[in-house]
Amino acid sequence: MSATFLAETDEKRAIGVTYLKLGAIWVLLVTAPYWSPLLGGYTALAGKVLVFGLAAMALNLLLGFTGVLSFGHAAYFGLGAYGAGLTLRYLVHSTPLAMLLGTLLGGLAGTLFGLLIVRRRGVYFAMCTIAFGQLWYYLAYSWNDFTGGFDGLRDFHRAPIGFGPLTLDLTEGGTRFYFFVLAVFAVAVALMGLVLRSPFGRTLLAIRENERRARFLGIPVERHIWLSFSISCFFTALAGTLYALLNNFADPQALHYSQSGFFVVMTVIGGMRTFWGPLLGAAVFVVLQDYFSSIWPLSWMWCIGVIFMMVVLFFPRGLLGSLRRRVSA
Amino acid sequence: MAQVILYNVTNGLIIGTFYVLMALGLSLILNLSNVINFAHGNFLALGGYIAFTLAPALGYWGALLVSPLLTAVIGIAVERLMIRHLYRRDPVYSLLFTFGLAFLMQDGARYLWGTNPVPLGLPDALAQPITADLFFITWYRVFMVAVVILTVIGLFVFLRRSRVGLRIRAGTLDLETVATLGVNVRHLRTFNFGVGCLLAGLSGVLAAGQIGLNPNMGDDLLMPSFIAIIVGGVGSLMGTLFGGLLIGMAAALTTAIYPAASEAVIYAILMAVLLLRPRGLMGEEGMMS
Repeated sequence: MSATFLAETDEKRAIGVTYLKLGAIWVLLVTAPYWSPLLGGYTALAGKVLVFGLAAMALNLLLGFTGVLSFGHAAYFGLGAYGAGLTLRYLVHSTPLAMLLGTLLGGLAGTLFGLLIVRRRGVYFAMCTIAFGQLWYYLAYSWNDFTGGFDGLRDFHRAPIGFGPLTLDLTEGGTRFYFFVLAVFAVAVALMGLVLRSPFGRTLLAIRENERRARFLGIPVERHIWLSFSISCFFTALAGTLYALLNNFADPQALHYSQSGFFVVMTVIGGMRTFWGPLLGAAVFVVLQDYFSSIWPLSWMWCIGVIFMMVVLFFPRGLLGSLRRRVSA
Repeated sequence: MAQVILYNVTNGLIIGTFYVLMALGLSLILNLSNVINFAHGNFLALGGYIAFTLAPALGYWGALLVSPLLTAVIGIAVERLMIRHLYRRDPVYSLLFTFGLAFLMQDGARYLWGTNPVPLGLPDALAQPITADLFFITWYRVFMVAVVILTVIGLFVFLRRSRVGLRIRAGTLDLETVATLGVNVRHLRTFNFGVGCLLAGLSGVLAAGQIGLNPNMGDDLLMPSFIAIIVGGVGSLMGTLFGGLLIGMAAALTTAIYPAASEAVIYAILMAVLLLRPRGLMGEEGMMS
């Protein structure tokens, strides 16, 4: 009798703690434009954290929750960015359409490529994703007339969004655009959360934990990995469109495999097996990158390299992963 | 016209040999240790710069011999001190590690030897063209290709004939059984990593004589080497050899016809292989799938 009662209060407390944590995260995010300048940040930096955080969380759907190693997610991020930029520059002056087309471009590219490599595993899968990703880097780099080549795609600007009589003016940067990014981020994160809580999401965890057992249970493992890869690519591409809108600029560096590595390291810094870890990792990474590149403009890369190595050697669980372990111990 | 084609064929052969040396080293490490060495291009640059530093004291020939060995020693140190601890973990960690190492080594080379390109002087005998007609074929190019061919033959003989080579090949197929049979897998992997870095260092010295040295010199070779491995088939060194030559040739011949597409053709080959023969041209089914 008392045991069940205790279990129930425990469960209630756990749910309470979860809501408390969620509340804290969202309060921090909503108030970021007001507290980040106090710590030496600026609103555009907070927007960048959200954009990279969304991409890293999308990657984590695959990396942390399906156990599949993609090292080429910059391709879909960059395709989203270029898709949005090219739409705004050549097709129509509409922010929602640019986001839609950019997301479709990156997501569909990932979906098609996923079909080809879904049978590969481990480092072989990773290698295929890197090589395929570089294809787009090379394309953006060399197709000068269309994409702006090495200098990147310029001369496009985010357009105001009209809702009937109301207009959301995004043309000026700053806080208003941050809230727009935050709104998109919130919807995307809610959707990802739903995917992970669904039976499909649970099946992905089963595949991660023991692929062979999942296969023997009759789960179509390849199809699930493919779907997970596609979903992850769509959300990454969405983050890419926000990146282009944030900067009014899309550069080939967003497609380069080093950017893929940055997404992976953000995920690992925050904690691969946690839902919110990648966002925290993105915050840490973006802030450190900003700091190092301001004190050593010419040679900050080695700092990033050392961070990579340190995280791997001494901190493989990441911030949230270690925290959770300490709480449960 | 004939001369243009010949020019591009020799170029293709030379680019192909670099892809081969680089990809064979990567492939050795990948097969036995399951590690993608992102820093392989930086080991290549390191080999070149060590030769550049040693050449005034040892001369070109001394540097050519000593520099790859020193590169291998540095590689072994990195493996023993750091990479070794990552084998048991998820492959994402070793990937991130070598990725970070690549950044560190690149800035390290920039710090030690400067950002500007420097040339590596060649002995006079090698710098001459073979004939006046074929001015683009210097003795150095012949020498380079010959060294690579000898190295590759030596590597394959070593892998097939020697006891250690046999163990490396067996470990590629089934490391657990090799360990159960009493082979020290830790030493085997360390040695194997060293061989991979030796090949990178050697290609660095050879490349330095042709195109000079700069801190990023290995970067352009890294991606084609990955593609050479996938095209040839992961797990097959013969496949890597063939894949490297194939994409080197394809890129060079495309340059003769339509220069802008020279890199596109490499990716086209990659996509065709992934579509039609996902295990690679010489890969075995079930290898890392």
